[in-house]
Amino acid sequence: MAFFRSHILVSVDPECLKRGAHDIVDHLHDELVAQGLIDEVQVLETSRIGDPYAYGPDIMVYPEGVHYVNLTTNDIPYLVHEHFLKGRIVQKFVEQKPVVVDEELGPPKPKEVRVVLRNCGKIDPNNIEDYISEDGYLALAKVLTEMSPEDVIEHIKRSGLRGRGGAGFPVGHKWQLARASQETPKYLTCNADEGDPGAFMNRRVLEGDPHSVLEGMIIAAYAIGASRGYIYCRAEYPIAVKTLNIAIQQAREFGFLGENILNSGFSFDLEVRMGAGAFVCGEETALIASIEGKRGEPRPRPPFPTVKGLWNKPTNNNNVESYANVPQIILRGADWFASMGTEKSKGTKTFALAGDLNNTGLIEVPLGITLREIIYDIGGGIKDNKGFKAVQIGGPMGACLPEKYLDVPIDYESLLSVGGLMGSGGLIVLDDETCMVDIARYFMEFTQDESCGKCVPCRVGTRRLLETLERICKGQGRHGDIELLEELCENIRSASLCGLGQGAPNPVVSILKHFRHEYEAHIYEKRCPAKVCRDLISYEISKDACTGCTVCARNCPVNAISGERRQTHYIDPDICIRCGICAQVCNFNAVMIK
Amino acid sequence: MAIKSETLEKNNPLLVPETKKMIDQILEENKDLPGATMVILNELQSKIGYVSEPMQAYVAKKLRVPQSLVHGVVSFYSFFTTYPRGRHTIKFCMGTACYVGGAPQLIEKAKQILGVDPGQTTPDGSITLEVCRCVGACSQAPVVVVDEESHGRVRPNKFPQIIRAIQEADQAR
Repeated sequence: MAFFRSHILVSVDPECLKRGAHDIVDHLHDELVAQGLIDEVQVLETSRIGDPYAYGPDIMVYPEGVHYVNLTTNDIPYLVHEHFLKGRIVQKFVEQKPVVVDEELGPPKPKEVRVVLRNCGKIDPNNIEDYISEDGYLALAKVLTEMSPEDVIEHIKRSGLRGRGGAGFPVGHKWQLARASQETPKYLTCNADEGDPGAFMNRRVLEGDPHSVLEGMIIAAYAIGASRGYIYCRAEYPIAVKTLNIAIQQAREFGFLGENILNSGFSFDLEVRMGAGAFVCGEETALIASIEGKRGEPRPRPPFPTVKGLWNKPTNNNNVESYANVPQIILRGADWFASMGTEKSKGTKTFALAGDLNNTGLIEVPLGITLREIIYDIGGGIKDNKGFKAVQIGGPMGACLPEKYLDVPIDYESLLSVGGLMGSGGLIVLDDETCMVDIARYFMEFTQDESCGKCVPCRVGTRRLLETLERICKGQGRHGDIELLEELCENIRSASLCGLGQGAPNPVVSILKHFRHEYEAHIYEKRCPAKVCRDLISYEISKDACTGCTVCARNCPVNAISGERRQTHYIDPDICIRCGICAQVCNFNAVMIK
Repeated sequence: MAIKSETLEKNNPLLVPETKKMIDQILEENKDLPGATMVILNELQSKIGYVSEPMQAYVAKKLRVPQSLVHGVVSFYSFFTTYPRGRHTIKFCMGTACYVGGAPQLIEKAKQILGVDPGQTTPDGSITLEVCRCVGACSQAPVVVVDEESHGRVRPNKFPQIIRAIQEADQAR
């Protein structure tokens, strides 16, 4: 592999692209060629460096660590000449302020341990050599030359790795079941259908370090004896699909995929299949149906996919993050992996922090950490000095947990014991201005819409749940509604076919359990305590605070606001649709919610 | 009658030689893949922009499967549409973070400016409004995706500028 004395990282964040980052790359390349430096300086495309809205397009030059910002193509010849030929830093383009963020993935925070995310943002995902230089494909070489498939399975079992898709089935055990199936050919699938709203861990791994997933898959294929693999990626992630396809092509060229991998006699190849916007396809039997080209409807298990999966052949299905852990477990040892986490939940887990937090973004922490540590130590607490109300963990099949559970350690069993779910890793923090009934309604709208319609409890039950919740939010709740919700939830949970239906009532149930008073306020007092539900609130403009700046009137979508300039404005309650835009745009906090 | 034949043609790109060639090429390249239906429909959706009934019938014929099967797949997945979309699409992410972060207010604003609801196209065929599932850019909430490009932290009072930019780009075409 070639060595370069300097590396130029060009941010190709979407905003930078819009501002001409690709032209910068082209010009840098042309200029380096023209000045005879192309063998000494390497140009790499990377994700966001600084805030693209302030700096884009920007570049980072190593080893100096100089951050040049707001570049135009006209600046490039001078920059290349000065910096790379003369060795002088061009001060006028330098941004002195330290690079704050990658908003999704900053430098590791205290208490973080990065295993799956270790390479993200550090290497060029489109260059396999970058991955190899970080010990990439070393685990594969070790497996193919020193270990039997049984050894690999034993090793993974000993590490205690459990499925990172959310359910937490032991990965080694699943591989053993797939290996034990006699029928051939066997298939391997990777679930990259990260559909939970608020979860983007897998996208980041696929976009930032695709080879770690490929390597994990090839090792898994060797362990179970699979000959062909599919990565099922959701259509909402076009960049991930593109990155994966490049990675697969490069892995083939380097002999890590295809016939006779590394001269071991083992052959395996894989391809990416795209979903088309169906949440239920994250369920493994539905995912398999979708790869087969059918409607993505789940089917009853058993038979489990390890016995009868893709095209009725034994199929091992794991999540992106599960596979990405595998090479590190092989290289650093099962004991190293098992030294992190709790007794039954080993290793680290990535979480996507979102919602009303000061620091949102991706984190990777050892299991067993508490929600409080994540929210306050890593997440920096609640935004705008508001109070904490609840944390939504586990996606639309997960639960909303109140403050009293913040000290529960995050592992599969502990979360289950408080009615929660590990899920794929979305963590959404809600502040005290959130209406929990509205959140329950939101999640039910999601599951109702995404229910595939195959089984009645889920198809009809979620709709009845949604209707009841909508009624409550509109102030039309009735006596007996809470009991009705409870009964419906129990029936849907016990009678549905797949995890989607069985988990669908979870948000409603957990909110009923922890925030029952909010349901009661909506139903009996026709009042929304958090002042969110439109039909239960009204907007008024404060005489004292209003300066008559007309901003609210100009932004009102239905022209409900009247008033002369410099005079107190007035909202006509009959026209107002309570969209809240006026309160958002008012600079003087003059719009009050009653 | 004139209108009718025009809609027919609009919904049937097989009648236009160039698009028919594209469709045939997509079918030819992928029809022997295992699980070809999804791959082909995804390609058609992205290259042609929609998968209308005549196209579904054509795909079924070429793959030697019942048309009901192809239609079943098309109607199951939310990415497939059976009618042409506008020249530009504005998608509102309705993930949890965006929902809490103010996506509903943005939709309200768009409805006010364009006069159409999500799922509809403006009468001049320029902009289609859609709501979509979480695009996974939650730390940027609320997110609006214009064609392929995502805009983060969109505020209702800045949003009209984004719409205006699309309209200007569309008129300049």
